[in-house]
Amino acid sequence: MSVKTPSKMEKIMAAGHLGVTSECGPPRGSDPEVIKEKAELLKGCVDAINVTDNQTSVVRTSSLATCIHLKLMGLEPILQMVTRDRNRIALQSDVLGAASFDIHNILCLSGDHQSFGDHPQGQNVHDLDSMQLAWAVRKMRDEGTFLGGNEIKRPPEMFVGAAANPFADPFEIRVPRLAKKIEAGVEFIQTQCIYNIDKFEEWVRQARDRGLTEKCYIMAGVTPFKSAGMAKYMKNRVPGMDVPDDVVKRMSDTPKGKQSEEGLNICVETIQRLKEVEGVAGFHIMAIEWEEKVSEIVERAGLLPRPEIN
Amino acid sequence: MIVADKKPVEEIIGYVRDCKKVLVLSCNECVTVCEAGGKKEAGMLASALRMYFANQGIADAQVDERTLERQCDQEYLEEIRDIADQYDAIVSVACGVGVQFTAEKYHSIPVFPGVNTCFMGVTEHRGLWTERCQGCGQCILAYTGGICPVARCAKRLFNGPCGGSSNGKCEINKDLDCAWQLIIDRLIAIDRLDLYEKLFDIKDWSTDRAGGPRKVEREDVQI
Amino acid sequence: MRLTYPTSFRIVRVPCSGTVDVKHILRALEKGADGVCVIGCMEGECQYKTGNLRARKRVEQVQRLLNAIGVDGERAQMYNLSSSDGPLFAKYAEDMDERIRKLGPNPMKHKTKPAA
Repeated sequence: MSVKTPSKMEKIMAAGHLGVTSECGPPRGSDPEVIKEKAELLKGCVDAINVTDNQTSVVRTSSLATCIHLKLMGLEPILQMVTRDRNRIALQSDVLGAASFDIHNILCLSGDHQSFGDHPQGQNVHDLDSMQLAWAVRKMRDEGTFLGGNEIKRPPEMFVGAAANPFADPFEIRVPRLAKKIEAGVEFIQTQCIYNIDKFEEWVRQARDRGLTEKCYIMAGVTPFKSAGMAKYMKNRVPGMDVPDDVVKRMSDTPKGKQSEEGLNICVETIQRLKEVEGVAGFHIMAIEWEEKVSEIVERAGLLPRPEIN
Repeated sequence: MIVADKKPVEEIIGYVRDCKKVLVLSCNECVTVCEAGGKKEAGMLASALRMYFANQGIADAQVDERTLERQCDQEYLEEIRDIADQYDAIVSVACGVGVQFTAEKYHSIPVFPGVNTCFMGVTEHRGLWTERCQGCGQCILAYTGGICPVARCAKRLFNGPCGGSSNGKCEINKDLDCAWQLIIDRLIAIDRLDLYEKLFDIKDWSTDRAGGPRKVEREDVQI
Repeated sequence: MRLTYPTSFRIVRVPCSGTVDVKHILRALEKGADGVCVIGCMEGECQYKTGNLRARKRVEQVQRLLNAIGVDGERAQMYNLSSSDGPLFAKYAEDMDERIRKLGPNPMKHKTKPAA
């Protein structure tokens, strides 16, 4: 795949290296130090950092502002944008705003439903859906026009991504849905956290059979368990999550004091196994409120040092 | 039909407590079928209001009931033209359309809503009504197996389910079907899963409420 | 059996308790009845399958409505009884009579003038 944007993570994956990303959730307040502390922990061990956009529908500092903080620290942000809170005018406007700071990555999402968050009585927007947003950003970038047709002066140069859940229902369209995202213009995919490796490998195999891994970088999502309780919670409470029983058992068979260590082991083993899977272009490490462990995971998984690319 | 739900009688009492003569106006259409504002429900409400006034010692209060065939058509609303003036207030237990049209036609009489108007939907079985249509003004059901993602997906997604679809249910509520699961099941049943693969264009919402209050004007039937 | 039950009772015979509507109960109360009790067949033994179950739900609806307008919801009651059980009928009638006497007269008595 040829490089189309100045995005560092795009260049790294295009050069054949495994990409590594992690994420940084903005704070529920306006203190920039919180952002900077989290980002500092990720410096040097990942290629780019996702900045979540009011995740789980809880109000936080905006994704765009947080991305700018990261950019000013010399890090590469991935602007997450959900279609829940903004219509096509606001979405395009924020894309331009990000582009004005030379933010070169965007992840297009529909967003968790507001009923999960701290303002369940709010209205949602969903003027576009996540695929339509990806399509819109590609149009802005490649054609240099807004959705309305007018020309953009200095169009955004963004590497366009989306999320995918290889485990979600309905089963019949798991791969067709990926195909559709790619058709919409998605260039990289970050997947839902993977615990059921067999099922994930089967999904990648089917994607490969359709030639999709040639058109799009698939970054496997991983999240280390901090405890057996977290494993059970993810299995039973998080919609669309597939945590096999033996993984939960492995966590709960581990003594309490060593569970977090075991969680990291599972995560590292998962990366090591998936590194060998053809069609996996990188890893997205979501260490939820556990950013200090990302460097350890990356190092133990043999993904250091990160390639230097200009 | 338009589905409504009863308002708590306390709320209605709050609207009319200072009135002496109240007309409870019901409608023979949708709200009758969904058992929120038909003749029967109007009778119950009127009876409750009369007892409320009596219990408060307001002996001269009068609460009457009347059922119109529809409150969304002028000719039926005209049926109360001769009597409307004698009332201090009308409680319309029709849908929001009926409440508004009654208020429009009886300009100087306060009209209060007696139900909460909810959605356009169906009777799944007695006592359970569910939403089917949001009247977006540009029907896409031909491409989605006859199941509407605008009305039935919590995020009105056009290009497939979100990651929260689980065992056929929506992430926001385990009792709620995932619209996209229904769509996919139906596309498989009619052997048109190919329709799913086509990327849906960005929707023109100007025919939805986004475009402001809407109207349908048909010159061919106007005289 | 020569059982006695309170003379305060007026019996209205209906083919099935399921034919008694919320409106009927409300109207009786509105016209000054101190209480209304609906007596249906034993649950599970309705000749029309669900008549007595509907009746119970309607009585509950009346109770909620009465409470909402500041009238004691206890004035409406539902009992289930086998048609051959005279002694239990007499007991339920006593129960109801006692319950209503505790509440006192219907506050609406002689105050309402139901619509024509």
